[in-house]
Amino acid sequence: MSPAKNDPRQKSKDSPETSPFSPGLKIPYFPGCTLKTTAKNFETSALAVAELLGIELVELPRWNCCGTVTSLTSDDLIHHVAPVRNLVRVEEMNDNGAVDEETRLVALCTMCFNVLKRSNLRVLEKPEELEKINNFMYLEKDYQGKVQVVHFLELLRDLGFAKVKEKVQKTLRGLKVAPYYGCLLLRPKEIGIDDPEDPTILSELLEALGAEPINNPFKTRCCGSYQTVRDRHAVAELTYDILGRARKEGAELVITSCPLCMFNLADRQKEVVEKHPGFEPMPVLYFTQLMALAFGLEENACGFDQNYVDARPLLKGKALIK
Amino acid sequence: MIKKIAITSENVDFLEKISKLSDQVITKCDQCGTCSGSCPMVGEMDITPAQLMRMVLLGQEEVMDSKAMWICASCFACTVRCPRGLDVSRVAEALRQITLRQAVDHIDLNDIPDCEMKRLPQIALVSAGRKFTG
Repeated sequence: MSPAKNDPRQKSKDSPETSPFSPGLKIPYFPGCTLKTTAKNFETSALAVAELLGIELVELPRWNCCGTVTSLTSDDLIHHVAPVRNLVRVEEMNDNGAVDEETRLVALCTMCFNVLKRSNLRVLEKPEELEKINNFMYLEKDYQGKVQVVHFLELLRDLGFAKVKEKVQKTLRGLKVAPYYGCLLLRPKEIGIDDPEDPTILSELLEALGAEPINNPFKTRCCGSYQTVRDRHAVAELTYDILGRARKEGAELVITSCPLCMFNLADRQKEVVEKHPGFEPMPVLYFTQLMALAFGLEENACGFDQNYVDARPLLKGKALIK
Repeated sequence: MIKKIAITSENVDFLEKISKLSDQVITKCDQCGTCSGSCPMVGEMDITPAQLMRMVLLGQEEVMDSKAMWICASCFACTVRCPRGLDVSRVAEALRQITLRQAVDHIDLNDIPDCEMKRLPQIALVSAGRKFTG
Protein backbone atom coordinates (compact mmCIF):
# COMPACT_ATOMS: atom_id res chain seq x y z
CA MET A 1 0.00 0.00 0.00
CA SER A 2 1.74 3.18 -1.12
CA PRO A 3 1.06 6.32 0.93
CA ALA A 4 -0.10 8.21 -2.17
CA LYS A 5 -2.82 5.66 -2.79
CA ASN A 6 -4.43 6.44 0.53
CA ASP A 7 -3.89 10.17 0.47
CA PRO A 8 -7.29 11.82 0.20
CA ARG A 9 -5.58 14.89 -1.22
CA GLN A 10 -4.72 13.02 -4.41
CA LYS A 11 -7.10 13.44 -7.30
CA SER A 12 -9.65 10.70 -7.42
CA LYS A 13 -8.62 7.66 -9.40
CA ASP A 14 -12.12 7.69 -10.84
CA SER A 15 -11.58 11.07 -12.50
CA PRO A 16 -12.05 10.89 -16.27
CA GLU A 17 -8.88 10.42 -18.35
CA THR A 18 -9.59 13.58 -20.34
CA SER A 19 -9.65 16.96 -18.65
CA PRO A 20 -12.60 16.94 -16.25
CA PHE A 21 -12.90 20.71 -16.60
CA SER A 22 -13.84 21.30 -20.22
CA PRO A 23 -15.42 24.69 -21.11
CA GLY A 24 -19.16 24.92 -20.47
CA LEU A 25 -18.97 22.17 -17.89
CA LYS A 26 -22.23 21.14 -16.26
CA ILE A 27 -22.13 19.08 -13.07
CA PRO A 28 -25.10 17.67 -11.12
CA TYR A 29 -25.49 19.40 -7.79
CA PHE A 30 -27.33 18.35 -4.61
CA PRO A 31 -28.49 21.32 -2.48
CA GLY A 32 -30.24 19.63 0.46
CA CYS A 33 -32.85 21.19 2.72
CA THR A 34 -30.89 23.78 4.65
CA LEU A 35 -29.35 25.51 1.61
CA LYS A 36 -32.88 26.35 0.54
CA THR A 37 -33.80 27.94 3.87
CA THR A 38 -31.36 29.11 6.55
CA ALA A 39 -28.23 28.76 4.40
CA LYS A 40 -29.40 30.50 1.22
CA ASN A 41 -26.28 32.64 1.22
CA PHE A 42 -24.16 29.48 1.02
CA GLU A 43 -25.94 28.35 -2.14
CA THR A 44 -26.11 31.77 -3.77
CA SER A 45 -22.41 32.49 -3.25
CA ALA A 46 -21.34 28.99 -4.33
CA LEU A 47 -23.36 29.00 -7.55
CA ALA A 48 -21.99 32.45 -8.41
CA VAL A 49 -18.34 31.57 -7.84
CA ALA A 50 -18.73 28.25 -9.68
CA GLU A 51 -20.14 30.12 -12.68
CA LEU A 52 -17.14 32.47 -12.70
CA LEU A 53 -14.89 29.42 -12.69
CA GLY A 54 -16.71 28.04 -15.73
CA ILE A 55 -18.70 25.39 -13.87
CA GLU A 56 -22.47 25.24 -14.03
CA LEU A 57 -23.86 23.43 -11.00
CA VAL A 58 -27.11 21.91 -12.25
CA GLU A 59 -29.57 21.22 -9.46
CA LEU A 60 -30.60 17.59 -9.30
CA PRO A 61 -34.21 17.24 -10.50
CA ARG A 62 -36.57 15.78 -7.87
CA TRP A 63 -33.90 15.53 -5.20
CA ASN A 64 -35.02 14.38 -1.76
CA CYS A 65 -33.65 14.83 1.76
CA CYS A 66 -30.51 12.76 2.31
CA GLY A 67 -31.45 12.08 5.95
CA THR A 68 -28.67 14.37 7.32
CA VAL A 69 -27.03 11.60 9.37
CA THR A 70 -25.96 8.23 8.08
CA SER A 71 -27.42 5.13 9.61
CA LEU A 72 -24.63 3.40 11.53
CA THR A 73 -26.15 0.01 12.25
CA SER A 74 -25.46 -3.10 10.20
CA ASP A 75 -29.12 -3.45 9.26
CA ASP A 76 -31.50 -0.50 8.75
CA LEU A 77 -31.11 -0.45 4.96
CA ILE A 78 -34.25 1.66 4.67
CA HIS A 79 -32.31 4.78 5.67
CA HIS A 80 -29.95 4.30 2.72
CA VAL A 81 -32.79 4.41 0.22
CA ALA A 82 -33.13 8.21 0.27
CA PRO A 83 -29.43 8.86 -0.49
CA VAL A 84 -29.34 6.15 -3.19
CA ARG A 85 -32.46 7.56 -4.83
CA ASN A 86 -30.58 10.84 -5.29
CA LEU A 87 -27.73 8.93 -6.94
CA VAL A 88 -30.25 7.41 -9.38
CA ARG A 89 -31.23 10.98 -10.37
CA VAL A 90 -27.62 11.65 -11.41
CA GLU A 91 -27.66 8.61 -13.68
CA GLU A 92 -31.02 9.81 -15.07
CA MET A 93 -29.48 13.22 -15.87
CA ASN A 94 -26.81 11.45 -17.88
CA ASP A 95 -29.39 9.29 -19.64
CA ASN A 96 -31.59 12.21 -20.66
CA GLY A 97 -28.76 14.51 -21.68
CA ALA A 98 -29.14 17.09 -18.88
CA VAL A 99 -25.40 16.59 -18.36
CA ASP A 100 -22.84 15.07 -20.69
CA GLU A 101 -21.15 11.96 -19.23
CA GLU A 102 -20.78 13.70 -15.89
CA THR A 103 -21.13 11.24 -13.05
CA ARG A 104 -19.77 13.50 -10.31
CA LEU A 105 -22.41 14.71 -7.85
CA VAL A 106 -21.38 17.90 -6.07
CA ALA A 107 -22.58 18.67 -2.55
CA LEU A 108 -21.98 21.91 -0.66
CA CYS A 109 -23.46 20.97 2.70
CA THR A 110 -20.95 18.85 4.58
CA MET A 111 -23.62 16.64 6.15
CA CYS A 112 -25.26 15.89 2.79
CA PHE A 113 -21.82 15.16 1.32
CA ASN A 114 -21.01 12.71 4.11
CA VAL A 115 -24.35 10.88 3.98
CA LEU A 116 -24.48 10.58 0.19
CA LYS A 117 -20.89 9.40 -0.04
CA ARG A 118 -21.28 6.86 2.77
CA SER A 119 -24.42 5.31 1.32
CA ASN A 120 -22.76 5.18 -2.11
CA LEU A 121 -19.72 3.44 -0.67
CA ARG A 122 -21.84 0.99 1.29
CA VAL A 123 -23.94 -0.19 -1.64
CA LEU A 124 -20.89 -0.41 -3.91
CA GLU A 125 -19.16 -2.62 -1.33
CA LYS A 126 -22.26 -4.74 -0.72
CA PRO A 127 -23.95 -5.65 -4.01
CA GLU A 128 -26.56 -7.74 -2.20
CA GLU A 129 -27.70 -4.65 -0.30
CA LEU A 130 -27.83 -2.63 -3.51
CA GLU A 131 -30.00 -5.32 -5.06
CA LYS A 132 -32.39 -5.10 -2.11
CA ILE A 133 -32.58 -1.31 -2.36
CA ASN A 134 -33.07 -1.47 -6.13
CA ASN A 135 -35.90 -3.95 -5.69
CA PHE A 136 -37.48 -1.66 -3.11
CA MET A 137 -37.34 1.45 -5.33
CA TYR A 138 -39.84 0.20 -7.86
CA LEU A 139 -40.57 3.64 -9.33
CA GLU A 140 -36.91 4.35 -10.16
CA LYS A 141 -34.45 2.76 -12.50
CA ASP A 142 -31.87 0.59 -10.77
CA TYR A 143 -28.82 2.38 -9.43
CA GLN A 144 -25.87 1.26 -11.54
CA GLY A 145 -23.20 2.46 -9.11
CA LYS A 146 -21.65 4.97 -11.50
CA VAL A 147 -21.83 8.09 -9.34
CA GLN A 148 -18.94 9.71 -7.54
CA VAL A 149 -19.97 12.01 -4.67
CA VAL A 150 -17.63 15.00 -4.30
CA HIS A 151 -17.61 18.07 -2.11
CA PHE A 152 -17.36 21.46 -3.83
CA LEU A 153 -13.99 21.99 -2.10
CA GLU A 154 -12.64 18.85 -3.80
CA LEU A 155 -13.85 20.19 -7.11
CA LEU A 156 -11.90 23.41 -6.48
CA ARG A 157 -8.79 21.43 -5.56
CA ASP A 158 -9.11 19.30 -8.71
CA LEU A 159 -9.56 22.46 -10.78
CA GLY A 160 -6.47 23.89 -9.07
CA PHE A 161 -6.24 26.72 -6.55
CA ALA A 162 -4.05 28.55 -9.10
CA LYS A 163 -7.18 28.77 -11.31
CA VAL A 164 -9.11 30.14 -8.33
CA LYS A 165 -6.38 32.75 -7.80
CA GLU A 166 -6.67 33.88 -11.43
CA LYS A 167 -10.26 34.97 -10.77
CA VAL A 168 -9.43 37.12 -7.74
CA GLN A 169 -10.33 40.76 -8.35
CA LYS A 170 -9.99 41.95 -4.79
CA THR A 171 -7.27 40.23 -2.82
CA LEU A 172 -8.20 39.64 0.83
CA ARG A 173 -4.83 40.90 2.06
CA GLY A 174 -4.66 41.43 5.81
CA LEU A 175 -7.76 39.38 6.61
CA LYS A 176 -6.95 36.81 9.27
CA VAL A 177 -9.20 33.80 8.81
CA ALA A 178 -9.33 30.55 10.81
CA PRO A 179 -10.68 27.59 8.82
CA TYR A 180 -13.08 25.37 10.74
CA TYR A 181 -13.50 21.87 9.29
CA GLY A 182 -15.55 20.15 11.95
CA CYS A 183 -16.17 16.42 11.54
CA LEU A 184 -17.94 15.28 8.46
CA LEU A 185 -15.66 16.73 5.77
CA LEU A 186 -12.85 14.65 7.29
CA ARG A 187 -14.24 11.67 9.11
CA PRO A 188 -14.39 8.73 8.85
CA LYS A 189 -11.16 8.38 6.85
CA GLU A 190 -12.68 6.61 3.86
CA ILE A 191 -15.07 9.53 3.37
CA GLY A 192 -12.86 12.51 4.29
CA ILE A 193 -11.47 14.86 1.66
CA ASP A 194 -8.28 15.67 3.56
CA ASP A 195 -6.03 14.51 6.40
CA PRO A 196 -8.42 13.86 9.33
CA GLU A 197 -5.99 15.25 11.92
CA ASP A 198 -4.34 18.11 10.04
CA PRO A 199 -6.35 19.23 7.03
CA THR A 200 -5.06 22.07 4.84
CA ILE A 201 -7.53 22.42 1.97
CA LEU A 202 -9.26 25.53 3.36
CA SER A 203 -5.92 27.20 4.13
CA GLU A 204 -4.84 26.56 0.54
CA LEU A 205 -8.04 28.19 -0.66
CA LEU A 206 -7.54 31.18 1.66
CA GLU A 207 -4.00 31.64 0.36
CA ALA A 208 -5.34 31.68 -3.21
CA LEU A 209 -7.74 34.45 -2.15
CA GLY A 210 -4.89 36.42 -0.55
CA ALA A 211 -6.16 36.05 3.02
CA GLU A 212 -3.98 35.00 5.93
CA PRO A 213 -4.94 31.52 7.17
CA ILE A 214 -4.82 31.15 10.95
CA ASN A 215 -4.28 27.68 12.35
CA ASN A 216 -6.78 26.85 15.07
CA PRO A 217 -5.87 23.68 17.00
CA PHE A 218 -9.63 23.11 17.41
CA LYS A 219 -10.28 23.21 13.66
CA THR A 220 -11.38 19.56 13.55
CA ARG A 221 -13.12 19.49 16.93
CA CYS A 222 -16.84 18.74 16.83
CA CYS A 223 -19.23 21.69 17.27
CA GLY A 224 -21.74 19.40 18.99
CA SER A 225 -23.79 18.80 15.85
CA TYR A 226 -27.41 17.74 16.51
CA GLN A 227 -26.82 17.92 20.28
CA THR A 228 -27.76 21.57 19.81
CA VAL A 229 -31.40 20.41 19.91
CA ARG A 230 -31.01 18.39 23.13
CA ASP A 231 -28.66 20.64 25.11
CA ARG A 232 -27.91 24.04 23.61
CA HIS A 233 -25.79 25.14 26.57
CA ALA A 234 -23.38 22.20 26.20
CA VAL A 235 -23.00 23.12 22.52
CA ALA A 236 -22.45 26.78 23.41
CA GLU A 237 -19.51 25.70 25.60
CA LEU A 238 -17.93 23.91 22.63
CA THR A 239 -18.46 27.06 20.56
CA TYR A 240 -16.85 29.14 23.29
CA ASP A 241 -13.77 26.88 23.22
CA ILE A 242 -13.48 26.69 19.43
CA LEU A 243 -13.97 30.41 18.75
CA GLY A 244 -12.04 31.51 21.84
CA ARG A 245 -9.04 29.56 20.64
CA ALA A 246 -9.38 30.92 17.09
CA ARG A 247 -9.38 34.44 18.55
CA LYS A 248 -6.36 33.66 20.72
CA GLU A 249 -4.47 32.49 17.64
CA GLY A 250 -5.20 35.84 16.00
CA ALA A 251 -8.25 35.10 13.84
CA GLU A 252 -10.76 37.84 13.04
CA LEU A 253 -13.11 35.58 11.15
CA VAL A 254 -13.93 31.86 10.92
CA ILE A 255 -15.04 29.98 7.80
CA THR A 256 -16.99 26.74 7.52
CA SER A 257 -18.64 24.50 4.93
CA CYS A 258 -21.44 23.11 7.08
CA PRO A 259 -24.79 24.79 7.83
CA LEU A 260 -25.07 23.00 11.18
CA CYS A 261 -21.55 24.07 12.22
CA MET A 262 -22.59 27.54 11.09
CA PHE A 263 -25.60 27.51 13.38
CA ASN A 264 -23.66 26.15 16.35
CA LEU A 265 -20.67 28.45 15.92
CA ALA A 266 -22.58 31.59 14.96
CA ASP A 267 -26.15 31.59 16.30
CA ARG A 268 -25.16 29.85 19.54
CA GLN A 269 -22.94 32.84 20.33
CA LYS A 270 -26.14 34.25 21.83
CA GLU A 271 -25.91 31.56 24.56
CA VAL A 272 -22.12 32.00 24.79
CA VAL A 273 -22.45 35.72 25.56
CA GLU A 274 -25.12 35.03 28.20
CA LYS A 275 -22.73 32.76 30.09
CA HIS A 276 -19.46 34.52 29.27
CA PRO A 277 -20.22 38.27 29.16
CA GLY A 278 -16.64 39.13 28.16
CA PHE A 279 -16.83 37.03 25.00
CA GLU A 280 -16.13 39.06 21.89
CA PRO A 281 -18.46 37.95 19.05
CA MET A 282 -16.70 36.34 16.09
CA PRO A 283 -18.11 36.49 12.56
CA VAL A 284 -18.47 33.10 10.85
CA LEU A 285 -18.88 32.87 7.08
CA TYR A 286 -19.25 30.13 4.49
CA PHE A 287 -15.99 29.77 2.54
CA THR A 288 -17.88 30.56 -0.66
CA GLN A 289 -18.90 33.98 0.71
CA LEU A 290 -15.23 34.94 0.99
CA MET A 291 -14.65 33.60 -2.52
CA ALA A 292 -17.52 35.74 -3.84
CA LEU A 293 -16.03 38.79 -2.12
CA ALA A 294 -12.57 38.13 -3.54
CA PHE A 295 -14.00 37.51 -7.03
CA GLY A 296 -15.51 41.01 -6.91
CA LEU A 297 -19.12 39.80 -6.94
CA GLU A 298 -21.94 42.05 -5.80
CA GLU A 299 -23.03 42.04 -2.18
CA ASN A 300 -26.22 40.09 -2.91
CA ALA A 301 -24.09 37.20 -4.18
CA CYS A 302 -21.97 37.37 -1.02
CA GLY A 303 -25.03 37.32 1.27
CA PHE A 304 -23.35 39.04 4.22
CA ASP A 305 -26.73 40.33 5.41
CA GLN A 306 -27.80 36.76 6.31
CA ASN A 307 -25.08 35.90 8.82
CA TYR A 308 -25.88 35.88 12.54
CA VAL A 309 -22.73 37.81 13.49
CA ASP A 310 -22.34 40.64 11.01
CA ALA A 311 -18.96 40.44 9.25
CA ARG A 312 -19.45 43.74 7.42
CA PRO A 313 -17.91 46.06 10.04
CA LEU A 314 -14.74 43.94 9.92
CA LEU A 315 -14.72 43.86 6.12
CA LYS A 316 -15.34 47.63 5.96
CA GLY A 317 -12.45 48.15 8.36
CA LYS A 318 -10.23 46.24 5.93
CA ALA A 319 -11.60 48.32 3.01
CA LEU A 320 -12.91 45.10 1.40
CA ILE A 321 -16.48 46.41 1.15
CA LYS A 322 -17.94 49.91 1.15
CA MET B 1 -14.04 -1.46 45.96
CA ILE B 2 -13.81 -4.35 43.55
CA LYS B 3 -16.98 -5.17 41.68
CA LYS B 4 -17.19 -8.86 40.92
CA ILE B 5 -18.88 -9.65 37.62
CA ALA B 6 -20.01 -13.12 36.73
CA ILE B 7 -20.23 -13.70 33.00
CA THR B 8 -23.45 -15.56 32.24
CA SER B 9 -25.00 -16.64 28.97
CA GLU B 10 -27.29 -13.56 29.13
CA ASN B 11 -24.22 -11.33 29.27
CA VAL B 12 -22.78 -13.05 26.21
CA ASP B 13 -26.09 -12.67 24.37
CA PHE B 14 -26.07 -8.92 24.99
CA LEU B 15 -22.47 -8.59 23.75
CA GLU B 16 -23.32 -10.60 20.65
CA LYS B 17 -26.42 -8.55 19.96
CA ILE B 18 -24.51 -5.26 20.13
CA SER B 19 -21.57 -6.69 18.18
CA LYS B 20 -23.89 -7.75 15.38
CA LEU B 21 -25.90 -4.53 15.28
CA SER B 22 -22.77 -2.36 15.31
CA ASP B 23 -20.78 -4.70 13.05
CA GLN B 24 -17.82 -4.34 15.43
CA VAL B 25 -15.62 -6.97 17.09
CA ILE B 26 -16.03 -5.33 20.49
CA THR B 27 -13.78 -7.90 22.19
CA LYS B 28 -10.84 -6.31 20.36
CA CYS B 29 -11.08 -3.28 22.68
CA ASP B 30 -7.88 -2.91 24.73
CA GLN B 31 -9.26 -0.22 27.06
CA CYS B 32 -6.50 2.22 26.10
CA GLY B 33 -8.85 5.17 26.57
CA THR B 34 -8.02 6.92 23.27
CA CYS B 35 -11.74 7.24 22.53
CA SER B 36 -12.40 8.95 25.86
CA GLY B 37 -9.44 11.28 25.34
CA SER B 38 -10.68 12.22 21.86
CA CYS B 39 -14.33 12.72 22.75
CA PRO B 40 -15.47 16.38 22.70
CA MET B 41 -18.57 15.50 24.75
CA VAL B 42 -16.91 13.34 27.42
CA GLY B 43 -17.24 16.09 30.04
CA GLU B 44 -21.03 15.83 29.74
CA MET B 45 -21.12 12.04 30.04
CA ASP B 46 -21.75 9.90 33.14
CA ILE B 47 -19.47 7.13 31.88
CA THR B 48 -16.65 7.57 29.36
CA PRO B 49 -16.72 5.98 25.89
CA ALA B 50 -14.05 3.50 27.06
CA GLN B 51 -16.22 2.53 30.05
CA LEU B 52 -19.16 2.14 27.70
CA MET B 53 -17.10 -0.24 25.56
CA ARG B 54 -16.01 -2.21 28.61
CA MET B 55 -19.56 -2.58 29.89
CA VAL B 56 -20.75 -3.84 26.53
CA LEU B 57 -17.79 -6.21 26.31
CA LEU B 58 -18.72 -7.66 29.70
CA GLY B 59 -22.36 -7.84 28.68
CA GLN B 60 -23.50 -5.43 31.37
CA GLU B 61 -26.96 -4.40 30.26
CA GLU B 62 -26.96 -1.55 32.83
CA VAL B 63 -25.06 0.35 30.15
CA MET B 64 -28.49 1.01 28.65
CA ASP B 65 -29.26 3.25 31.65
CA SER B 66 -26.24 5.47 31.03
CA LYS B 67 -26.50 8.87 29.36
CA ALA B 68 -23.27 8.54 27.38
CA MET B 69 -24.76 7.04 24.22
CA TRP B 70 -27.25 9.92 23.98
CA ILE B 71 -24.54 12.54 24.44
CA CYS B 72 -22.39 11.11 21.62
CA ALA B 73 -22.54 13.56 18.68
CA SER B 74 -21.36 10.96 16.11
CA CYS B 75 -18.33 13.12 15.32
CA PHE B 76 -16.12 10.07 14.60
CA ALA B 77 -13.10 11.51 16.44
CA CYS B 78 -12.82 8.18 18.31
CA THR B 79 -13.36 6.26 15.07
CA VAL B 80 -10.33 7.73 13.30
CA ARG B 81 -8.08 7.35 16.34
CA CYS B 82 -8.89 3.89 17.75
CA PRO B 83 -5.65 1.89 17.50
CA ARG B 84 -7.70 -1.31 17.27
CA GLY B 85 -9.74 -0.01 14.35
CA LEU B 86 -12.98 -0.05 16.32
CA ASP B 87 -15.82 2.35 15.64
CA VAL B 88 -17.21 3.38 19.03
CA SER B 89 -19.79 5.63 17.36
CA ARG B 90 -21.34 2.52 15.81
CA VAL B 91 -21.53 0.86 19.23
CA ALA B 92 -23.25 3.96 20.64
CA GLU B 93 -25.67 3.92 17.70
CA ALA B 94 -26.47 0.25 18.32
CA LEU B 95 -27.27 1.02 21.99
CA ARG B 96 -29.49 3.94 20.98
CA GLN B 97 -31.26 1.80 18.43
CA ILE B 98 -32.03 -0.91 21.01
CA THR B 99 -34.07 1.71 22.91
CA LEU B 100 -35.56 3.53 19.93
CA ARG B 101 -36.72 0.31 18.30
CA GLN B 102 -38.89 -0.35 21.34
CA ALA B 103 -40.73 2.87 20.43
CA VAL B 104 -39.15 4.71 23.37
CA ASP B 105 -38.05 8.16 22.24
CA HIS B 106 -35.20 9.91 24.01
CA ILE B 107 -36.55 13.41 23.40
CA ASP B 108 -39.98 14.77 22.57
CA LEU B 109 -39.72 17.31 19.76
CA ASN B 110 -42.89 18.94 21.15
CA ASP B 111 -40.88 19.98 24.21
CA ILE B 112 -38.65 22.28 22.16
CA PRO B 113 -39.63 25.88 23.00
CA ASP B 114 -41.12 27.97 20.18
CA CYS B 115 -38.22 30.41 20.25
CA GLU B 116 -35.84 27.50 19.60
CA MET B 117 -38.02 25.98 16.89
CA LYS B 118 -37.87 29.29 15.04
CA ARG B 119 -34.08 29.41 15.25
CA LEU B 120 -33.05 25.81 14.61
CA PRO B 121 -32.17 24.92 11.02
CA GLN B 122 -33.84 21.83 9.42
CA ILE B 123 -30.53 20.05 9.40
CA ALA B 124 -30.50 20.15 13.23
CA LEU B 125 -34.09 19.01 13.64
CA VAL B 126 -33.89 16.20 11.11
CA SER B 127 -30.65 14.85 12.55
CA ALA B 128 -31.91 15.08 16.16
CA GLY B 129 -35.10 13.32 15.05
CA ARG B 130 -33.01 10.56 13.49
CA LYS B 131 -30.75 10.13 16.51
CA PHE B 132 -33.20 10.60 19.39
CA THR B 133 -36.55 9.33 18.14
CA GLY B 134 -37.69 6.08 16.56
